[in-house]
Amino acid sequence: MSEHSIALAHQFDDLEQQKEAAILGMWVFLVTEVMFFGGMFTGYTIYRFKYHEAFMAGSDHLDLLLGATNTVVLALSSLTMAMAVRSAQLGKRRALMSYLSLTLLLGSAFLVIKGVEYSHKFHQHLVPGPHFAFEGHDPQHAQLFFSFYFAMTGFHALHMIVGIGLLAVILWMSYKGRFNAEYHNPVEVSGLYWHFVDIVWIFLFPLLYLVGHHR
Amino acid sequence: MSTAPAAGKHELPRVHYLNIDYGIRSWLFTTDHKRIALLYLASISFFFVLGGLFATIIRLELLTPAGDLMESETYNKLFTMHGIAMIFFFLIPSVPAVLGNFLVPMMIGARDLAFPRINLLSWYIYTLGGLFTLFAMASGGVDTGWTFYTPYSSTYSNTHVMATALGVFILGFSSILTGFNFIITIHKMRAPGLTWFRLPLFIWAHYATSVIMILGTPVVAIAIALVGIERLFHVGIFDPALGGDPVLFQHLFWFYSHPAVYIMILPSMGVISEIVCCFSRKKIFGYPFVAFSSVAIALLGFLVWGHHMFVSSQSMYAGMVFSILSFLVAIPSAVKVFNWTATMYKGSVMYNAPMLYAMGFIGLFTMGGLTGLFLSTLATDVHLHDTYFVVAHFHYIMVGGAIMGYLGGIHFWWPKISGRLYPEGWARFSALVIFIGFNLTFFPQFVLGYLGMPRRYHAYPPEFQVLNVMSTAGASILAVGYAIPLVYLIWSLRYGLAAGPNPWGAKGLEWQTTSPPPTFNFPETPVVDEEAYEYYPMKEAEVV
Repeated sequence: MSEHSIALAHQFDDLEQQKEAAILGMWVFLVTEVMFFGGMFTGYTIYRFKYHEAFMAGSDHLDLLLGATNTVVLALSSLTMAMAVRSAQLGKRRALMSYLSLTLLLGSAFLVIKGVEYSHKFHQHLVPGPHFAFEGHDPQHAQLFFSFYFAMTGFHALHMIVGIGLLAVILWMSYKGRFNAEYHNPVEVSGLYWHFVDIVWIFLFPLLYLVGHHR
Repeated sequence: MSTAPAAGKHELPRVHYLNIDYGIRSWLFTTDHKRIALLYLASISFFFVLGGLFATIIRLELLTPAGDLMESETYNKLFTMHGIAMIFFFLIPSVPAVLGNFLVPMMIGARDLAFPRINLLSWYIYTLGGLFTLFAMASGGVDTGWTFYTPYSSTYSNTHVMATALGVFILGFSSILTGFNFIITIHKMRAPGLTWFRLPLFIWAHYATSVIMILGTPVVAIAIALVGIERLFHVGIFDPALGGDPVLFQHLFWFYSHPAVYIMILPSMGVISEIVCCFSRKKIFGYPFVAFSSVAIALLGFLVWGHHMFVSSQSMYAGMVFSILSFLVAIPSAVKVFNWTATMYKGSVMYNAPMLYAMGFIGLFTMGGLTGLFLSTLATDVHLHDTYFVVAHFHYIMVGGAIMGYLGGIHFWWPKISGRLYPEGWARFSALVIFIGFNLTFFPQFVLGYLGMPRRYHAYPPEFQVLNVMSTAGASILAVGYAIPLVYLIWSLRYGLAAGPNPWGAKGLEWQTTSPPPTFNFPETPVVDEEAYEYYPMKEAEVV
C-alpha cells in the first residue's frame, strides 16, 4: 500500500484501475448527453418533417458564412485538444499548456461568433416570442424552426461554456504541475468531453444551416 | 419457524463508519457511500411523509361524494404534489440511493463507489431540487398533475409550474449521477474472483436500473426544459396555438417516465432476490434467467411508452405495436415471480419480517402486473383509461411492489446499517398491517375504475361511496402500518441488541465484515471463490 502515488484515490487499487474508471465514466456521461440532445433532435426532425416548407424558409435566414466559419473553428479546436492530450501522455508540460490555451482561444472565438449571429437574429426580429416577425407564408412554423434553432444552439453554447471552464481548470492544474506521463486522467476525460461538444455541432450545422439551403 | 439471531452474544465494533467522526461537517462533507446513503434515507423519508400527508387529505376528501373539504383547484394541487413528492423524490431514489448506495460497493467488495465526491454531489443536487419543489409547494403549489402535460403546463396553469419543473429538472441529474456511479463501479471495482455471474442479483438489478437512469433521465430533463422555455419566453414548442404539438411532449415525457416505473421496481426486485434466497436457505432458482430478466425489463421498458397514449391521437398502428411490446414486458416480470416461487419451493422457509415483506411483494406485484395487461390491451384500455383502475394498478406496482421491497430491504440490512437488531415481533406485525391496509385501500379502486369512476376528481356520484369509504379506511390502516417501523427502527438505534456481523446467516460479501462496517468496508479486499447464494438447507439443530 505504501507505493501509491498521491494521485491515487483511496477507493482504487492502482492508477490503471483509476484511469479505466475515469475514462469509462466520461463515456457513460457522454451517453447521457447524447440522450439529452437526442430529445431535441427528435423534436426537430418531427417538426421538420411536418412543416417542411416553413423550416426551409427559416433555414434560409441563417448565416451560412458564420456557421461554416464556426465549424472550422471548432474542428481546429478539436485538433488542438487532441494534441494537448497527446502532449499530456508524453509528459510534455509546456506543449500541453500551449495546446490547452489554443483550444481555449478557439472555443472562445466560437462563442464570440455565435454571439454575433444571435445579435443579428435579434435585430432581424427572428428571436421567437412576442417580437417575432417573419415574412413568409407560414410565420408560425418558421417561429417553431427558430425556437429549435435557439434551444439547440443555446444548449450547445452552454456546453461550450462548461467546456471552457473545464479547460481553464485543467490549464491551471497543468501550470501547477499536477500531471505527468503516468497520471493525466483529467486531461483525457476533458478531451473526450470537448470532442463530444464538437461532434454535436457537426450534427447541428448541416441540420440547421445546410439542409434545404437555396442560395 | 424463524431464525432468532443469537442475542447478547455480540458487541458493536469499537470503531465503525458511524462513530469514526461526529459533528455536522463530518456528515455534510462525507464521501463515505454509507453515510451518503443515510443522508438520502433522511431526505427521502421526509418526502415520503410529506407525500403521505397529501394522500391522507386526498383520501379524506373522497370519504364523501360531495366535494365538501376543498375546492377542485385545491384537490388538483394535492394529487399533483402527492405524485411529485412520491415519484420523483421518494420512489425513484428510494432503493438505489439508500440501499444501493450502501450495498453496491459492499456487495462487490470495494472500498467505495468509483466516484465518491460525485456521489455526494448527487445528494446535494437532490436537496437543491427538493428545495425548489418545496418552495413551489409552500408558496401555493402546482396543479398540472405530476405529468406536466402541455399546453396546460406551458401556457395556462397559473400555479408554480416553473419552480416545480426546475426542481424536477435538477433532481434528474442526481438520479443520472447515481446510475452513472453504479455502472462504473460495477464494471471496474469488483473484488478478485467476483465474475459477472457470481454477482448478487441485487447488483444485476441495480445495473439494469442504472442503464435506465442514464438513458431515460436526460430525455425528461430536456422535455421539461423545453416546457420551461415555452412558458418563460412564450415560444411555441408544444403549444398548438403557437404551432407546436402537445403529443410530442407526451412522447418525450413517457419515453422517460415509463422506464422510470422500472427504475422504481427493478431495485426492489433485486432486494427480493436477496431476501428470498436467504430466508429459504436455497440457491436462487435459475440465476441467469433472473439476472437477464432485469436487463430484458430495462431494454423492453424503453419500447412501451406509447401505451400511455392509446387515446391521445397516436396512430392506431403505433398503438398496436406498443400494445404488443407491453405484453412482452410481462414475460421477464413473470420469469422473476416464478423463479422466486421456485426458490421457496422445498426451501427451509423462515417467516422473518423481511421475508414477509418479500412474500407481500410477490403477491402484490403479480396483481399489479396482471392488471397491467388489461391496460396494455387496446380495446379494454379505452374503457379503463383515466379511471381508478389505472390508479389501483400502478399503486399495486409502486406501493405494493416498490415500497414493500424497499421496506423489506431496510429490515433485512438494518442490522448491517445500524449494527443493531430491530424488534422482530413488531416488524412482523407491521408487515401484516401494511399488507392488509394496502389491499383494503387499493383493491376497491380496481372495482371503482371498472365501474367507471374517473381519476383526478374531488367529487363523485353517491353510488361509489361504499367502495371509497373502504379505500379511505384502508388508507388509515396503511398509515399506521408505515408509522410503526418509523418508531421501532428509531427505537432500535439505541435499544436494539447488537446484531453481530451476520445475524441472518446470509451469504454475500456485505455480511463478511462487521456491523456497522468500518469506513472502508473491509479490513482487506475479499476474494470470491464461489457463486452467489451458496446456501444449504438448514439442519434442525440450527433452527431455534
